[in-house]
Amino acid sequence: MAKAAESSGEPGTTWPRPLFAGLSDISISQDILVEGEFTIPMRSHIREFDSSTLNESVQNTIMRDLKAVGKKFMHVLYPRKSNTLLRDWDLWGPLILCVTLALMLQRSSVDSEKDGGPQFAEVFVIVWFGAVTITLNSKLLGGNISFFQSLCVLGYCILPLTVAMLVCRLVLLAEQGPINFMVRLFVVIVMFAWSIVASTAFLADSQPPNRKALAIYPVFLFYFVISWMILTFTPQ
Amino acid sequence: MAAVGDLQFEEFGNAAATAAENPGATTISIEGPGESPTHQAGLPRGSGGEEDDELLGNDDSDKTELLAGQKKSSPFWTFEYYQTFFDVDTYQVFDRIKGSLLPIPGKNFVRLYIRSNPDLYGPFWICATLVFAIAISGNLSNFLIHLGEKTYHYVPEFRKVSIAATIIYAYAWLVPLALWGFLMWRNSKVMNIVSYSFLEIVCVYGYSLFIYIPTAVLWIIPQKAVRWILVMIALGVSGSVLAMTFWPAVREDNRRIALATIVTIVLLHTLLSVGCLAYFFDAPEMDHLPTATAAPNQTVAAAKAS
Repeated sequence: MAKAAESSGEPGTTWPRPLFAGLSDISISQDILVEGEFTIPMRSHIREFDSSTLNESVQNTIMRDLKAVGKKFMHVLYPRKSNTLLRDWDLWGPLILCVTLALMLQRSSVDSEKDGGPQFAEVFVIVWFGAVTITLNSKLLGGNISFFQSLCVLGYCILPLTVAMLVCRLVLLAEQGPINFMVRLFVVIVMFAWSIVASTAFLADSQPPNRKALAIYPVFLFYFVISWMILTFTPQ
Repeated sequence: MAAVGDLQFEEFGNAAATAAENPGATTISIEGPGESPTHQAGLPRGSGGEEDDELLGNDDSDKTELLAGQKKSSPFWTFEYYQTFFDVDTYQVFDRIKGSLLPIPGKNFVRLYIRSNPDLYGPFWICATLVFAIAISGNLSNFLIHLGEKTYHYVPEFRKVSIAATIIYAYAWLVPLALWGFLMWRNSKVMNIVSYSFLEIVCVYGYSLFIYIPTAVLWIIPQKAVRWILVMIALGVSGSVLAMTFWPAVREDNRRIALATIVTIVLLHTLLSVGCLAYFFDAPEMDHLPTATAAPNQTVAAAKAS
């Protein structure tokens, strides 16, 4: 690890200490030649022993990833302005959510009606191509978010709508009627608003300030279409 | 008399040859297809009548056009090239939408709002919104019309979204392509003062489709008269925006060709709106009442047969 040539950091600190913690105390008044081997770790949290993860048990690997996904779910359900989703993006969560949603939205049997609801492949394509289009749009407008970070946020923010789909399917087990529809409508509207708020909390800061509305509107349209698909789901 | 020398000194491009042939005439440069991002055609250099005052007010747009020419010089395989087509702020998009909703006679949409900064944001997202608006409104309207029927089972009709998308995007891209090709062809025969680049035409068409979004939502109302009035209003607004944009471009041409062009533009627009209304929205029939009557099956059968 590189050490600053003059470091006036606190003596006696134990390793690991946060990266670059003592830099603000340094003032270098002349050019100092620094040589040696520099390694700068890319992740913000340093593993205790930098060994490869090949040797650990499968359960460890899966639990670690599941915990990361679960942590991000919590961030979506209680959206605050944080950049956890952006910093440690992953696409597992969006995949799980998309597959769940598509499975629940497809019709229970291959029926002969021509104009039915969306099929699994259609939902899948809409979610992923919609997310890609919104990401491209945001980048073209000059946002400084990376491609996969944006996909990650958009995918994770489908979580409230997936919950709405679950609730709707449960409500549909009861008898049909206007009350049934009203309950479903209310749930879908609330979850739709939740999705928008969550994704705006994560995405809004990365847009140039005079184009925020232009970048947020496609997100609104995207979640609106998904909400419409959820609301109009009718079981056979 | 040094008139020829003066004229030649003022020429741009390869118009010097024509200036030598016709020393008394003013020559106008006509851009080719490859130069569309850096065109200067929005600035009329001829002596058009009412365009003179706008010409005087266009001094700063002269500089912006030069700057625009410098901006859009990335090669087409880089990301920055496509970013230049999204170089609009929120208020600019709102202004352009407002301009498409309130056509003012004599004001050209392209000259007033686009000013050599055509964007692809507006056309793309207005078309996307329109696709979903038509599909969803059509579905909702059919549901409300057939609400009381015992034999009706609601289906979300998801296939119609892809059909709507094909229609709307084909209209918004192929018709401007055809129109641009046609205008280029006429420009090679007749010197026109005003000519538009392909992106500007796409831009005008995209923004002119905005009026159809609230129209599609209002088409849910299951009254024939209301729907046709809405068609008239929407057609009037967007048709006039298109007509007023393209009239200066064909005005110098043969009278009949100019009129035929404008009529074709409006006719295609009519075809789009009437076609969408007919295909996505079922006709509301007068004997459909949402309450169950004494012989619902017979009423439904009679209505369906008519």
